[in-house]
Amino acid sequence: MSVRVQEADFDIGAELSRLTDGNRRIGGLAVFVGLVREMHVREGYHRDRVDALTLEHYPGMTETALQEIEAEANRRWPLEATLIVHRYGRMEPGERIVLVAVGSPHREAAFEACEFLVDWLKTKAPFWKLEDTPKGEQWVGAHQEDDAAAARWEKK
Amino acid sequence: MKIRYFAWMKRTVGVPEEEVTPPAGIDTVGDLVVWLRSRSSGHAEALAEGAAFGAAVDQRTATFDVKLAGAREVAFFPPFTGG
Repeated sequence: MSVRVQEADFDIGAELSRLTDGNRRIGGLAVFVGLVREMHVREGYHRDRVDALTLEHYPGMTETALQEIEAEANRRWPLEATLIVHRYGRMEPGERIVLVAVGSPHREAAFEACEFLVDWLKTKAPFWKLEDTPKGEQWVGAHQEDDAAAARWEKK
Repeated sequence: MKIRYFAWMKRTVGVPEEEVTPPAGIDTVGDLVVWLRSRSSGHAEALAEGAAFGAAVDQRTATFDVKLAGAREVAFFPPFTGG
């Protein structure tokens, strides 16, 4: 289990190798990589160009929140390896923002836990996106779809 | 105690953090919000009733009924938009 919050970019290949090397119980590795998009889709149709994104976070609380989300995934699924790397600071379209990787003996658990981690970190980890657009800086609002995606995993 | 503001709330209030000593009777996060509004027009706007923001007490997400007893740091922030 590992969580990192950093300003620097990460090397996906190196991260995944480090995560799985030496663990022969892993049969499947599911990976999500979030990238900075060059446009923001608002209200489903209106598109603004995004020149850059600045990610602000709450140092200390961010790491704790990500560790708790990771621990919850490990309670729910039989996982062999989990990794969350989330960047902060200024990024341009095409740059990597976040890496979530989950290794398990079987693919079902890896796919499900990876999706769970992404859904929960979007709504439970203290990050805020500020977009640099032709109209000026705009704070990204929370999306109802993200709340709905996260709510799917709430225990009934 | 230290109060911290994040994202647009930091700009609206005008400072990223401040040290405050709430008077007796300010027992919960909700009490603190009401008291902080009186500090400036920026505070009143950022912490307005109906504004979408959350709180954390000592770096743990907290609802407005959470008691402040012994809290060292209280943060206010808009809904999270990471990932």
